[in-house]
Amino acid sequence: MGINWSEFFVTGDPLILASQIAIVLTSVGAVAALTYFKKWKWLWKDWLTTVDHKKIGILYILVGILMFFRGGVDGLMMRAQTSVPENTFLDAQHYNEVFTTHGVVMILFVAMPLLIGVMNFVVPLQIGARDVAFPQLNALSFWLTFSGAMLFNISFVIGGSPDAGWTSYFPLAGKEFSPGIGNNFYAVALQIAGAGTLMSGINFVVTILKMRIKGMTMLKMPMFTWTSFITSIIIVASFPIFTVALALMTFDRIFGTHFFTISGGGMDMLWANLFWLWGHPEVYIVVLPAFGILSEVISTFARKTLYGYKSMVISITLIAVLSMLVWVHHFFTMGNSSAANSFFSITTMMIAIPTGVKVFNWLFTMRKGRIKFTTAMLWALAFVPNFVIGGVTGVMLAMAAADYQYHNTLFLVAHFHYVLIPGVVFPLFAAFYYWWPKMFGYILNEKIGKWHFWLFTIGFNLTFMPMFFLGLDGAVRRAYTYSEETGFGPLMLTSAIGAIILAAGFAVLVYNIYWSARYADRNISNDPWDARTLEWATASPVQHYNFAVLPEVKSLDAFWHMKKNNEIKTLNEDEIEEIHMPSNTWIPFYMGNVFLVAGFFLVFEWTIAAAIASIGIFAGLIFRSFDYDEGFHVHKDEIIKTESSWRNVGKGVKNHVS
Amino acid sequence: MEKTTKSFPISHVIGFFMSLLLTFGAAWVALQTSLPMNTIIWIIGSLAVTQAALQLYMFMHMNEGEDKAALTINILYAAFIAVVIVAGSIWVMFSGHSH
Repeated sequence: MGINWSEFFVTGDPLILASQIAIVLTSVGAVAALTYFKKWKWLWKDWLTTVDHKKIGILYILVGILMFFRGGVDGLMMRAQTSVPENTFLDAQHYNEVFTTHGVVMILFVAMPLLIGVMNFVVPLQIGARDVAFPQLNALSFWLTFSGAMLFNISFVIGGSPDAGWTSYFPLAGKEFSPGIGNNFYAVALQIAGAGTLMSGINFVVTILKMRIKGMTMLKMPMFTWTSFITSIIIVASFPIFTVALALMTFDRIFGTHFFTISGGGMDMLWANLFWLWGHPEVYIVVLPAFGILSEVISTFARKTLYGYKSMVISITLIAVLSMLVWVHHFFTMGNSSAANSFFSITTMMIAIPTGVKVFNWLFTMRKGRIKFTTAMLWALAFVPNFVIGGVTGVMLAMAAADYQYHNTLFLVAHFHYVLIPGVVFPLFAAFYYWWPKMFGYILNEKIGKWHFWLFTIGFNLTFMPMFFLGLDGAVRRAYTYSEETGFGPLMLTSAIGAIILAAGFAVLVYNIYWSARYADRNISNDPWDARTLEWATASPVQHYNFAVLPEVKSLDAFWHMKKNNEIKTLNEDEIEEIHMPSNTWIPFYMGNVFLVAGFFLVFEWTIAAAIASIGIFAGLIFRSFDYDEGFHVHKDEIIKTESSWRNVGKGVKNHVS
Repeated sequence: MEKTTKSFPISHVIGFFMSLLLTFGAAWVALQTSLPMNTIIWIIGSLAVTQAALQLYMFMHMNEGEDKAALTINILYAAFIAVVIVAGSIWVMFSGHSH
């Protein structure tokens, strides 16, 4: 196989050496801590083999936050390098690697796991289900995503990072121009994680269609469930395209085919075409659930039913259809016919219409509402103006003729950060503050939360606003340095200072999680925000079977109306029946590990080793086929005991915190 | 899960072998014959469509559902996706002077 061990570990860079040492120390520390506190069994039984949608959701969120740290450090390194002209902090190659991993990590291993994590936790509770349709498949989705993330993550210390941008355009990403193994990490790790995402999409389509509680028709579903449903459909429609494109890339790079190469009759732009056929819907995959989060948060804290519910549903459906019809706007400059460019220009501008409808609906929801300025609500409020800046610059970019000027400049970089940070990250932070009590039984500190909010939003604007002007002045993206004569220096420095404030905001969030976990009041009710949807009808944190007795839904905002009409029943012990729940399983965790090992061998082009390792994959499939575990029943005694522990609590419970 | 099928899944096995046959047939036409390019594209294209139809019946339960509305929605959805990806890609890749 000809392994060149001297090239196995990335050497020669003090930053990377420090990371390698840090990774080894952290791993040793984690193993030592688990052993010292005798937590191995707890880890295995409660987390690694779990099929509980709530725990899987929390695992996704944990992975998302850890990867956020990694992607954030990449971003800070870029801002540090470009803070002054002719800087030598990073060389060109290292800069290429850093912007590549920053993009991939932030989209695929931060935004996706965080959103799918929130979906996992919230959707079954909102529709009154006890788990997703396929609990074991759900666990497999998580472990494949985790394997993909870890495989991608180690690339910078073992083997070398991918360095052709998060879009990995051919011919640059091909073997001819990137002969190292770095880009194999991109092809293989994203393939594994993408398979997991596709399974999640299927799972949520079925869950939302088939597992809604009695009385909950499609048009009585909470808005977050609606957006999760549409998102899952876009996942099912678009991820297979990425799967195929990545498979062809893998064949080109590892087995010498010529789908996308310059030589041998390949079509390099076909990669860009397939990539964006997936990549543009992907933008809506991350932004739609975030819109759903905003709808829940705004409606709860404006204390009003969501304005224009049906127009919201129509809007997200239209966005989903249009999202499949705009991909060419990412490469207007390819040299397409003017007919094609005009078509995709118009479809792109059309997306602004349903999105505008949604923005106005949120504003009208708040109109004459008694708004409570909680931290979650602050994120939702800050979303509106910041996202509109991103949206309007998007319409500017949508004009194909003008795009020749903006293309590949920092103007574009500023635009998509103004879409993705207010459009995805702000709503995710809102989701953390809003659903945290439901996940863990305590509220994240509101005062620290406000520090988090102000530092992050100010830092964000200071980082990315200058990039609009830099881009219009001609500063190109992905350039590792610039000369003093360009005059970019002052704005670049402003942007770097903004990035430090942004990072401080993230650090405050981490501190808030730590502080609240230690000191926050545990004596809160199951409904601290006086909220509207079914997840607030059960305990905080939620008991493993979700609902003792399944309520019947009569209207939108079901829980709100139950409260108003005094329909909340005390527990009648005769009504309780045994609850059928799925058993834990080791297979998804095992599959994740085998995929990780097989994927690792494939990255290094050790094809025989990869083939042997993939026998393990088939072994897992066979085990699963003959696995006749029918789950278990939760007994009445246990249900009565659990329910009385949170329903009949006496004084001191803070019902409405905000 | 209450109802476990006892009978041998014969249609799945037939579908599986037919799929293999159609795939290897396409590979053979493309790699081992010296037909003109256009003919090859037409033959392997037809084989691909045949295989898609076969799999819809043999594996995807297309003829088993009770719900006609759902079936119609699924077919429209699939047709939309197929037209966008296939026709869209061909239009985008060949209409300009990109290569």
